[in-house]
Amino acid sequence: MKFDTPATNNPIDQLKVVGQPVSRIDGPLKTTGTAPYAYDRHDVVPNQAYGYVLGSAIAKGRIDSINLAEAKESPGVIAIVTAENAGKLSKGDYNTALLLGGPEIQHYHQAIAVVVAETFEQARSAAHLIHVNYSRAKGSFDLASEKSKGVPKDVFGTSSESSVGNFDKAFSTAKVRLDNTYTTAHESHSMLEPHASVAAWDGDQLTIWTSNQMIAWAVGDMAKTLGVAKEKIRVISPYIGGGFGAKLFLRSDALMAALASRVARRPVKVSLQRALIPNNTVHRSATIQRIRIGANRDGKITAIGHESWSGNLPGGGPEAGALQTRALYAGANRMTSNRVSHLDLPEANAMRAPNEAPGLAALEIAMDEMAEKLDMDPIQFRIKNDTQIVPDYPPRPASNDPQTKKPEKNEPHNPHPPFSIRQLSKCFEIGAERFGWDKRLSKPGQLSDGRWMLGMGVASAFRDNVVTKSAARVILDRRGHLTVETDMTDIGTGSYTIIAQTAAEMMGLPLEKITVRLGDSSFPVSAGSGGQWGGNSSTSGVYAACLKLRDAIALLAKGQKSEFNITDAVFTDGFIRSGSHSFLLAELAGSRGLVAEDAIEFGDLDKRFQQSTFGAHFVEVGVDRFTAEIRVRRMLAVCAAGRILNPKTARSQVIGAMTMGVGAALMESLEVDKRFGYFVNHDLAGYEVPVHADIPHQEVIFLDETDPISSPMKAKGVGELGICGAAAAVANAIYNATGVRVRDYPITLDKLIEKMPIKV
Amino acid sequence: MKAFTYDRATSAAEAASAVAKTTGSKFIAGGTNLLDLMKLQIETPSHLIDINDLGLDQIEPATNGGLRIGALVRNTDLAANEYVRRDYAVLSRALLAGASGQLRNQATTAGNLLQRTRCPYFYDTNMPCNKREPGRGCSALGGYSRMHAIVGISDACIATHPSDMAVAMRLLDATVETVRSNGLTRTIPIVELHRLPGNTPNIEHTLEPGELITAVLLPKPSGGTHIYRKVRDRASYAFALVSVAAIIQPDGSGKVALGGVAHKPWRVESAERKLQRGSKAVTKELLANARTTHDNAFKVQLVERTLASVLNDAKG
Repeated sequence: MKFDTPATNNPIDQLKVVGQPVSRIDGPLKTTGTAPYAYDRHDVVPNQAYGYVLGSAIAKGRIDSINLAEAKESPGVIAIVTAENAGKLSKGDYNTALLLGGPEIQHYHQAIAVVVAETFEQARSAAHLIHVNYSRAKGSFDLASEKSKGVPKDVFGTSSESSVGNFDKAFSTAKVRLDNTYTTAHESHSMLEPHASVAAWDGDQLTIWTSNQMIAWAVGDMAKTLGVAKEKIRVISPYIGGGFGAKLFLRSDALMAALASRVARRPVKVSLQRALIPNNTVHRSATIQRIRIGANRDGKITAIGHESWSGNLPGGGPEAGALQTRALYAGANRMTSNRVSHLDLPEANAMRAPNEAPGLAALEIAMDEMAEKLDMDPIQFRIKNDTQIVPDYPPRPASNDPQTKKPEKNEPHNPHPPFSIRQLSKCFEIGAERFGWDKRLSKPGQLSDGRWMLGMGVASAFRDNVVTKSAARVILDRRGHLTVETDMTDIGTGSYTIIAQTAAEMMGLPLEKITVRLGDSSFPVSAGSGGQWGGNSSTSGVYAACLKLRDAIALLAKGQKSEFNITDAVFTDGFIRSGSHSFLLAELAGSRGLVAEDAIEFGDLDKRFQQSTFGAHFVEVGVDRFTAEIRVRRMLAVCAAGRILNPKTARSQVIGAMTMGVGAALMESLEVDKRFGYFVNHDLAGYEVPVHADIPHQEVIFLDETDPISSPMKAKGVGELGICGAAAAVANAIYNATGVRVRDYPITLDKLIEKMPIKV
Repeated sequence: MKAFTYDRATSAAEAASAVAKTTGSKFIAGGTNLLDLMKLQIETPSHLIDINDLGLDQIEPATNGGLRIGALVRNTDLAANEYVRRDYAVLSRALLAGASGQLRNQATTAGNLLQRTRCPYFYDTNMPCNKREPGRGCSALGGYSRMHAIVGISDACIATHPSDMAVAMRLLDATVETVRSNGLTRTIPIVELHRLPGNTPNIEHTLEPGELITAVLLPKPSGGTHIYRKVRDRASYAFALVSVAAIIQPDGSGKVALGGVAHKPWRVESAERKLQRGSKAVTKELLANARTTHDNAFKVQLVERTLASVLNDAKG
């Protein structure tokens, strides 16, 4: 179905099942360890051998020679695949670096070989016996020194640079001005489940059991990389132990398993070892961001400029930290710029809330600083500059979508589209009351509890809502049981559950009568999981398929009884009813059952209206007056994100994202060795993410909101909103506690300790 | 991991003799560190002698009024022991500040003392490291060195000893009891067990080949207020940026040892005599001759401030 006019009343509005805090329907499988994750798929195909991936020991240069003799002689070794015997390979559309390096090396730990052996231990042991001679080449590894060479590069269908009015003039004449530079660190996704795949060839047909967020992209890029038809590739990924963007694209585990299996002529399973992942796969690039804000004395912003620099391998895109600044606050004169410099570090790519997470980390400190300059409450300053239209909406460049490669048609362009619904100020107002914001002292360093100095901070949360085509198939069997099939993925988000809720609501069935099957390329192509587009889009696809099934059932009912009034038909308790007539769905399904398939396709509503999600973060921290250790004490996020399909799983999404925001604020940083050109702390001992002891009481409030412009579900994405701004709220709380302003993330104690107000 | 052979020892003397005789052999107890290092082929023993059956898992009062801790007592059990909690609380607190519950359940007392550094360059076999391959150079010098040592370092190595427990043991003047490959036993004061890196950072302790720690002896309890303060970037499951173990007497005198600053638990007895003069005077002497990098220079101030906090806490 085409969705090109705002939704009116529909069966979802009943909210008998949708909108209820249903526990995950896949929860028991996970808590009993019976959900089959990729590396657990011992049973899907017999005779599996083990692959172990060897990463390059240099960051840039060439392999002069590889000596495999000793490794080949090692016990249990079946085959070794390198670029020399892998056959002709192309690069996937979504990959920047090649997944198999050699002889040219593009980054540290780029895969250069996979050893296949009878056991994992044999494969690992043999990999250590591969002797490689390299010629190192000089590389660029330091963003700060490469920043001036940064070039604008379009990202996510929007242009990298924009301007409205006359920023320079307005800024230079503004009464109150801020001009500061902020930095965010290289970050690693660090999801619990490592990248893992089992590959098996049956003739020229390849099946991959893997862990991937975007099934169709994985199929497409595997086909392209191997030079085979998409129809020859099947990808199966029903359970995913976290992705955060790391599993959006085909990665080396899947390709190396496929190549290894082809050479070994046996199914092969490969998991990337943890210490390989940060340099072998992808990360979020560090950013340097310059923010300039000019305002009148009354707090009205007159000029706002945001420039962001990041790094990537040649061909890779920017981490566009300035994007959200086009839409978040009012102001007549503005400019944004997102530039990317060539770095020979591993490939940078999407990590949870790409662009907004680091962008707001900087912008929302700047807003806090500006409020202080204006002697305004930081909430009032934000409310003062709230806007119901997008202040800066540049024309879209030709599409850079590698799937379609279609240039956007020359559409009429509204430079200031309205938001479909925007309740940012309301989030702040509700949050302020709930959090006790009035207890905050605007002068920093005034409150303490024992040795802890206390402070509160706020920040706006903002993230676009993306809608994208999503298909599903629904199958009603003779027992009245409905099965939903779509290649949508559940990366821990709750997709299984909200899809089941959607189908149950649409068909008038209890949840127990719904089976959801996900993550298989033999199912209709969905939106997949990423960019917080999955939940809303995929349930809308299921909605569309269910509508089609309802129509088919209604026709059957009418066939049974000609006076059955289709237009009044309702689906409830396993029946279709109209007036005094009712039929059991099970009976109408008959012995052969009924199948319906459809996709939701979105028209131009997302171009006529800006669809975004909003929130307000509130954080209280304690900072040890002696050691400057920082500990978060309380967090609250108030979110306005359309209809919340399941408050329980949505809350889990938001608190998880808030936790990730704490990580970015306080500890997460891939440290670059600028001599060798790699991330040094490439395991979970060296790359610290928050542990339970770091995370205190977290509260989430969802505004009661629907957005009929977004989709028939009237929902929006919520998976990334919670990280947006969270780091800045922590940073602002630290400032409020200590009076020490740190503009470089992560805010570790060494950046505070020299300036701590209390001397010893 | 290289393939290896495996045996279980039935007596400490036999184990010591076997390891001394067999080239490439090593003891294994809890395995929480050794197995990780073997998987990465940083350690490549060809033969493992499992000492878990030796029974060295008792904690008993010693005749001198102190405590005798078997080498195989698990960290969890040691931390929870009633004598330790009553008389050597600093040890219990140090243990609980380290690792995770799961690791403490498995890790042994002697293994904890002999664990190896967590320097990330030591852990990456593509990088030069004098500990792994003497003479290849130290990558941490001039590299990412925020976690690294600031005192007792050399041009060959700036790694730290990662243990919390060992810092408390050093503070308590523990001695280790060993059996050598010839079957004879001896005791080594803990101050003499760990070495500074010098030109041979690959040699980390003074045990002879095959020499096996059988127990750790603690002297008579000294009273005082026992504090272990570990400063780290996250609240749990992280190695110390710096840690301070202290026993402070009511008159303000006492003892102090540091973790996270050196290749061994760091204690300077002459500095302790200045405790009553405050943290600045003590730190100045404790960290005399400190040599820092750009990344870890903050540790000097952090030690002073952490010590100030500890002394403040000790006052109650």
